Amino acid sequence: MAEHELYFADEKALRSYKVRKVIRNVLSYGFLTIFAIFMLIPFWFMIMTSLKSEIAYQNEQIAGILRLIPDRVVWDNYASIFGTSGNFGQYFLNTFIVATLSTAFTVVTTVFASFAFARLDFKGKDFIFTILLATMMVPGEMMLITNYQTAMSLGWKDTYQALILVHGVSVFYIFYLRQTFQQIPNELYLAAKVDGYGEFNYLFKVMLPIGSPTIVTIIILGVMGAWNAFIWPNLVASGTNPVFGNSMRLVSNGLMSLFTSEFSSRDTVKIAGSVVVTLPLFIFFLIFRKYIMRGVSRSGIKG
Amino acid sequence: MNQIKHLFKRDKAVVEAAGTPEVAKTVDFTRGPLKIKQARFNLPIWAKAWISLIPAMIFLLAFMIYPIINTTIISFMENFAWQRGAGSFAFSNFFQQLENSLNPDLLTPVTAPKISLKNYISVFTDRDFQNSVVNTVILVLVSVPLTIGISLVLAVLLNSIKKLQGLYQTIFFLPYVTNSIALGMVFNVMFSASDGGLMNQFLSIFGLDPRAWIYAAQGATKFTMGVAITVSTVWNGLAFKILVFMSGLASIDKQYYDAARIDGTPRGRIFAKITVPLLSPQILYITITSFIGAFKAYSGIIAIFGQGATNYGGGAGKAWMTIVGYIYNFRDLKLPYAAAGSVILLLLILLITLVQFQVSKRRVHY
Repeated sequence: MAEHELYFADEKALRSYKVRKVIRNVLSYGFLTIFAIFMLIPFWFMIMTSLKSEIAYQNEQIAGILRLIPDRVVWDNYASIFGTSGNFGQYFLNTFIVATLSTAFTVVTTVFASFAFARLDFKGKDFIFTILLATMMVPGEMMLITNYQTAMSLGWKDTYQALILVHGVSVFYIFYLRQTFQQIPNELYLAAKVDGYGEFNYLFKVMLPIGSPTIVTIIILGVMGAWNAFIWPNLVASGTNPVFGNSMRLVSNGLMSLFTSEFSSRDTVKIAGSVVVTLPLFIFFLIFRKYIMRGVSRSGIKG
Repeated sequence: MNQIKHLFKRDKAVVEAAGTPEVAKTVDFTRGPLKIKQARFNLPIWAKAWISLIPAMIFLLAFMIYPIINTTIISFMENFAWQRGAGSFAFSNFFQQLENSLNPDLLTPVTAPKISLKNYISVFTDRDFQNSVVNTVILVLVSVPLTIGISLVLAVLLNSIKKLQGLYQTIFFLPYVTNSIALGMVFNVMFSASDGGLMNQFLSIFGLDPRAWIYAAQGATKFTMGVAITVSTVWNGLAFKILVFMSGLASIDKQYYDAARIDGTPRGRIFAKITVPLLSPQILYITITSFIGAFKAYSGIIAIFGQGATNYGGGAGKAWMTIVGYIYNFRDLKLPYAAAGSVILLLLILLITLVQFQVSKRRVHY
């Protein structure tokens, strides 16, 4: 608000204004800093605990003096996480496969469907679109019950296709991309028609390049969703991997399984697991910050 | 060919006139005129539309529309049992079960299926379900106003500062990109019962004794578990709300504030009379989405308690079971109960959204 110059009746008024401004700034920054610390404490705790040796951590627990910085940095916890019983290498591979393929499916279905809804006219378009929007209100738990049975009766227990195909489409993304497509001026379409472009040519040559920022946002949110998926994989994929003969779990499920594994009472190893799951997404976030924050403010989906 | 070139130039002018500079930049005009490909056959537009819709429609029908209908039917079916080879499709299951029930040769006799409200009655009279509804409502009523209030204040403060705004915004956004299971695990350890647990350490500054927070076996009460859940829910929920409020604040006309300041309006009054009314569309949006989100609380809670996906803390193992938790607990044994529970959840969400829209008609300022 400093763009406008302020005029004061006398020196005293100016001084009191300045004093109030300083006090206000101190209070604002103070409050923000307190909450920023509140936000950062779990991350600090996570990283520091994961670098402590188990014995050192246990001693701290018993003595009641939690150290903010480890006396000696050890990497044993991470070694356990990626070792045979931790098995996070396999979880990462599974998550990578599922995230890549399910995002690819989602992008293809989303692009074509939003193209149809935004550009083409057909009977029942509004009706179908309204139904799709209505399904966004329905809690996923309702679909999950039947999807679970469907996956089981198709013999999809512990398979990649169960994890990939069930989330191969998203009504929200269709809605989101359709909005972007609708903002493309109609003149562009007419121009392409004059030049002899068919509808699909127009989609690939004009709509896709213009919609690419939105598509990038969809890809990023899709990858984040696959990374954080827990409920569905927990139902259908916690057994043996049919391809690698190892575990079928994704990272979140692998992390949850630490609670019941041989590491259940070893806090430092569990925390190292949560660091390993959190860190890649953080790096991803710092790279794609702009796209993520833009997509998120429109969607409200927890990635 | 010349004619085409001429047409193309004209079209470029049209595009540049109509479209934003961004649009004009994206379309590559430097490659010269577009080649006309004479299509051998030209499909009508509606056919092209359906071709484009098919991939999405297959997935939508199979994994969204059909499940919604099927789950609703199952919730009304008595003696639904899909494990006995009767299939998951509600109709075929019904007839298969009916056929089985008339078959005297079966070793284990099957009761004839019926369409009734029995599942709903059983669910409503189930103490676990009543407990889970009460729990969910408590969590919603505590966490939603708390998170919205804090995030609104933080967003207004963030908006008022100039230095370090980007840094604070990034810090406040970090929880959003944190895996909720990892988060729950960290809170589980931070709230550990030993003297050196982070929460107990913090309280010892104020001279309070260490205590158990999470596990009933160690002496944790429902209240202390609730505290742990609320802290982690608030921590996790701020990011998205701050982001939305910030984008709303950015679109408020600064003239309102200037006018208020010329009149010497106190800060609190500016907040209550200008900021909140002008932010009301965002506040409504956030209220609805957080109510829906809080009603579906599940993975954040089980992660705090650990010990597997069906543990909600507490002596009986069901202390903080939520509605969604109830649905999952029954997915294998009594599927129709889970189906009925999910239909009730849908109705609750619809009801709350409707009420909020009604309230907003009078309060929201567009």
